Amino acid sequence: MSDAPSGIDAHQVSGQGPTDVAMLAPSVELRGIVKRFPGVVANDGVDFTLAAGEVHALLGENGAGKSTLMNILDGMYQPDAGEILIDGRPVAFRSPRDAIAAGLGMVHQHFTLVASMTVTENVLIGLDRPRFRLDMGRYDAEIGRLAEAHGLRVDPSAKVWQLSVGERQRVEILKVLYRGAHVLIMDEPTAVLAPQEIDDLFRTLRSMTAAGRSIVFISHKLGEVLSIADRVTVMRRGKVTAEGLPAAGMTKPELAQRMVGREVLESLERTWLPPGDVVLSLENVEAEGDKGVPALRGVNLQVRSGEIVGIAAVAGNGQSELAEVISGLRACRGRVMVGGEDIANRPVRKAIQRGVAHVPEDRTGVGTAPNLSLVDNLIMKRYRSKPIGRGWSIDMGAARAAATELKDSYEIAAPSIETQARLLSGGNIQRLILAREIESAPRLMIAVQPTRGLDVGAVESAHRLLMERRTAGAAILLISEDLDEILALSDRIAVLYEGRVAGITDAADADVTTIGLQMTGGSGAEHGQEPAATGGVA
Amino acid sequence: MDLQLIMAAGIAVGTILLFAAVGEILAERSGVLNLGVEGMMLIGAVVGYATAVSTGNAWLGVVSAMLAGGLLSLLHAIITITFRADQVVSGLALTFLGTGLAAVLGEGLSKAGAISLLPRFSIPVLSEVPVLGRIAFTEQSILVYVGYLLVPATWYWINRTRPGLHLRAVGEEPAAADALGVSVYATRYRYVFVGGMLSGLAGATITLAVQPGWFGALTVNGRGWIAIGLVIFAQWSPFRAAAGAYLFGAVVQLTLAMQLPPTILGLANPFYEYHPNTFFLEMLPYTLVLVALVLGSREAMRKRIGAPAALGIPYVRGERGR
Amino acid sequence: MEAPRWLSPTLTAGALLVALVISGVILAVVGADPIRVYVHILNSSLGSVGSISDTLVKSTPLILTGLACALAFRMRLWNIGAEGQLLLGAWAASAVVLVPLVPVGTPGVIVLTVMLVAGFLGGAAWGLIPGVLRAKFGVNEIIATLMLNSIAFAWIQYWVFGPWTEGGFQMTRQFPVEAWLPRLSDLADAFPWARGLTVHGGFLIALVAAVVVWLIVERSAWGYEIRLIGDNPRAAKYAGIRIARNILLVFAVSGGLAGIAGMAEVAGVVHRLQDNFSPGYGYTAIIVAYLAKFHPLRVVPVAILFGALILAGREIQPSGVPAMIQGIILFCLIASEVFLRFRVGIVRRLPATTPARAGGE
Repeated sequence: MSDAPSGIDAHQVSGQGPTDVAMLAPSVELRGIVKRFPGVVANDGVDFTLAAGEVHALLGENGAGKSTLMNILDGMYQPDAGEILIDGRPVAFRSPRDAIAAGLGMVHQHFTLVASMTVTENVLIGLDRPRFRLDMGRYDAEIGRLAEAHGLRVDPSAKVWQLSVGERQRVEILKVLYRGAHVLIMDEPTAVLAPQEIDDLFRTLRSMTAAGRSIVFISHKLGEVLSIADRVTVMRRGKVTAEGLPAAGMTKPELAQRMVGREVLESLERTWLPPGDVVLSLENVEAEGDKGVPALRGVNLQVRSGEIVGIAAVAGNGQSELAEVISGLRACRGRVMVGGEDIANRPVRKAIQRGVAHVPEDRTGVGTAPNLSLVDNLIMKRYRSKPIGRGWSIDMGAARAAATELKDSYEIAAPSIETQARLLSGGNIQRLILAREIESAPRLMIAVQPTRGLDVGAVESAHRLLMERRTAGAAILLISEDLDEILALSDRIAVLYEGRVAGITDAADADVTTIGLQMTGGSGAEHGQEPAATGGVA
Repeated sequence: MDLQLIMAAGIAVGTILLFAAVGEILAERSGVLNLGVEGMMLIGAVVGYATAVSTGNAWLGVVSAMLAGGLLSLLHAIITITFRADQVVSGLALTFLGTGLAAVLGEGLSKAGAISLLPRFSIPVLSEVPVLGRIAFTEQSILVYVGYLLVPATWYWINRTRPGLHLRAVGEEPAAADALGVSVYATRYRYVFVGGMLSGLAGATITLAVQPGWFGALTVNGRGWIAIGLVIFAQWSPFRAAAGAYLFGAVVQLTLAMQLPPTILGLANPFYEYHPNTFFLEMLPYTLVLVALVLGSREAMRKRIGAPAALGIPYVRGERGR
Repeated sequence: MEAPRWLSPTLTAGALLVALVISGVILAVVGADPIRVYVHILNSSLGSVGSISDTLVKSTPLILTGLACALAFRMRLWNIGAEGQLLLGAWAASAVVLVPLVPVGTPGVIVLTVMLVAGFLGGAAWGLIPGVLRAKFGVNEIIATLMLNSIAFAWIQYWVFGPWTEGGFQMTRQFPVEAWLPRLSDLADAFPWARGLTVHGGFLIALVAAVVVWLIVERSAWGYEIRLIGDNPRAAKYAGIRIARNILLVFAVSGGLAGIAGMAEVAGVVHRLQDNFSPGYGYTAIIVAYLAKFHPLRVVPVAILFGALILAGREIQPSGVPAMIQGIILFCLIASEVFLRFRVGIVRRLPATTPARAGGE
């Protein structure tokens, strides 16, 4: 039952440490790449070169076309025009297997790991060896050696669902290393890491380049790019605005200018508001995650009306469960007081009735019904009450009127209100969700990853809406992996680590280093120490 | 009531369920739900029987039954894998189609065949073992012994081999397998086909080994559905499926046997010979399946394990989750 | 650019046509004459007023069970147990007369009403069993309902061969006249053309039920919840809808509808409870519901179409032909639906914004 015959032999690279400079990565060039998707040109005549042994950052905002370009290089997509040259020779990658055979490996932003299998099993998928029988003992040892040689701390026999997000990333890196990749493409690798883990990662990357490998580093974060890259290529709306410029000597404003065409990304108006009443009070909240592992271990937190409290946390430390507990989607112990009433363990409907709005992390899986119309999606929280709901029936006329009004005022781009939700772009889906949640004039809003994957226009409008809500007196709990977003929007910042609040500060006094330390367990995350696998599954 | 004889017959009957269940386990492990087992079993039964009758060779019957089942399952595969249609509805359609087609094809087939059946024999040495030998290794059809070998072989394949690793990956996280160069489509096609072949074999086991003859739709009589239920009870493990299948067969044979003697343990037999009470005995197998389903589902909920994560979800490259 | 309005019905019609062609080919291969078969189907169902009446009689239980399936399937609740729920409804309605649960001599209107309620309750109770299993234990309802179908079949057999049997044959005694649903032929004195027409009150009940179910699904808050759960259960939960409660409710109503179908059969057609009185209405209902795209009003014409098929199918050799045609129709329908999705899927995302799914580019 073997697949393609392009023998990917896994013993090309194993155990080669940072001091071994025997093999140099090939040079890679992309010329004139064009790639179209329905309704958009993702890559419009893109040129990109990668020299051996360098860290080359590919910078751009969400939607600029960076991931598409690298997916082409990785063999996932085929370009509509243009060519790929490895060491000067044109190649055609029909699938990721071809790319791997040429020595290119991609570490995706969204991990593709089989959670129920072990690390070693995940690494072995798709290889031609072992031929038939799985000798786990031997391969556990082999993978273990490879990991150690590159300073990647992970237990090969552990099941992936037990691993922390940082450890899972290491598994992804091992996958490409084991296949002999000399060129690593890393897609937004720091999105899910805490500052200290980012330092670890950068150390690993530098040691790899010292060993002769090349790295493409896709990111939208200016600071990181400047700190790790040798050269930078900037993309905007499918075109390259700066090709292969040396990173040394570049400044953030310059890069920002190339990225978005204006100097500063965003400036938010924050009006000082007098402290309002406490709207949300969490008292000793404990809860288990999906696998039964403790996710929240005694959270105490208060949010007042007219304030935004940002939750800074590395994925998997309980923030998803926190949102679920407050909105009624998960059972818990302790008290969840909204407006003085304990809504813990009450049905979701109760939370909605008490004025809790929830902008969920999973927009298409939880936040919308993809095949239903805009109207149906917009009345999701309002169909039980007047004017749309009348006893047992629904007044569709009133529903449509309300939907039209929301569509206009929130600028949801769609042909009509009867359009199915799944046809909307990510940004418009989020506008729909925000429109729906805000329209109920909630007194408490929980926004989880509200701007993940959105282009700048959508990000700005989402931020604006949240600030407007704040001014209107809502209490807002902002849960986001984007520390920049937390710092920009929050009045106060609470760090969640291993299911507990590790520290709360006012935004004005916030210090990124301290927050970073708290996000990874305080003093526990120096080099060589691994924060214990946390509860909750990312 | 010779209990050992009843159990031996139960194993034979259970073998039918076993083949179908193992086939479905393989298909579902790759992520494809195939509810058309009943239809494929019927097609296998009628094709196998017809071939054996016309060629005089029961083995040809077996082979043709497996091919027929496999071919029919390809229809389901194309619709659900390549065209990404809903797997539940397609499976139901396959059942309708297979049932109807089998009835059409089987029109005119003589009821009870004077055909050569597959060989039956005892295994030397093993059949001497007290109790177990008489139940499991004495005068069973060769297909029963094939069943004994199939179960551990399937387990080994799934859990200890490289192709098995790929099978599991495709069923749990097809995006991961795809990214590493495993063809999700090809894998799923393969295992759906194998599942179809095994369902066809199950049908042939009925008409060519255990309950020879063609009796229309009654030939399979809902056992395809019972096999699917067994898969859930088995938590997708071949060994548990075997245990469930043999147990079920034993119970069915027991209920049949209970209708024969005038008295049981000195008391008048309430189920003696066509008394209406026998209908309650007929309910028993189906009730058992319900109980098995509840047990299996509760266990899955408790242990938070369960079906292959991607079961029933069509795979599209580039889509994250649902 | 969404799909034009006419595309879906055209594809459905096309699928039906293709299905008939494929069935015809298979029939030819097996030695039957497809044209003769199809003509026979048309003749025996629409050839005369009498045959139209017979068709409507056959379609009455199909409408009701079709509604039952459509309602459940709208929520992606795969109720394959309409057959068993129909049987239990028939049993409960029969019990009213055979136990008896109402005094002898009660006027027909009351008897029939009680039978109707009993039929609904019997089917609803039988539907609640898989509902509870699914809501509480997560048991797969497809297999559960199928098992219950077989159990229901044996249940009827017990009563028909046992306590209620008429001389040991596979039927009960005939119901008294008060328990007969009125037929069109009852009006033969006033309307001579109605002589011999067996279409009965059950047909009217079925039509009313179709309207009621339509109102529920399209106009009520409960219907909205059903549609939302059917499309995305996680979103429904997030919106505060109680899924377990809806599973129970939908299974109860769905089962109840099928139960009424059973009552209509025993009170309107056979006037007794007998073994194997249903030629698989509950299973054909699945295809009816699917062909009607789960839309309650569309179930009516589709049910009439399949009623014709069942009526004619009794006389067609080979006997598996109706089932085979139904299977092929269902397959062709699925394929046509896929085609519809593909065409729309080509233009998945609307212009002026980027593909959202690839996780940021």
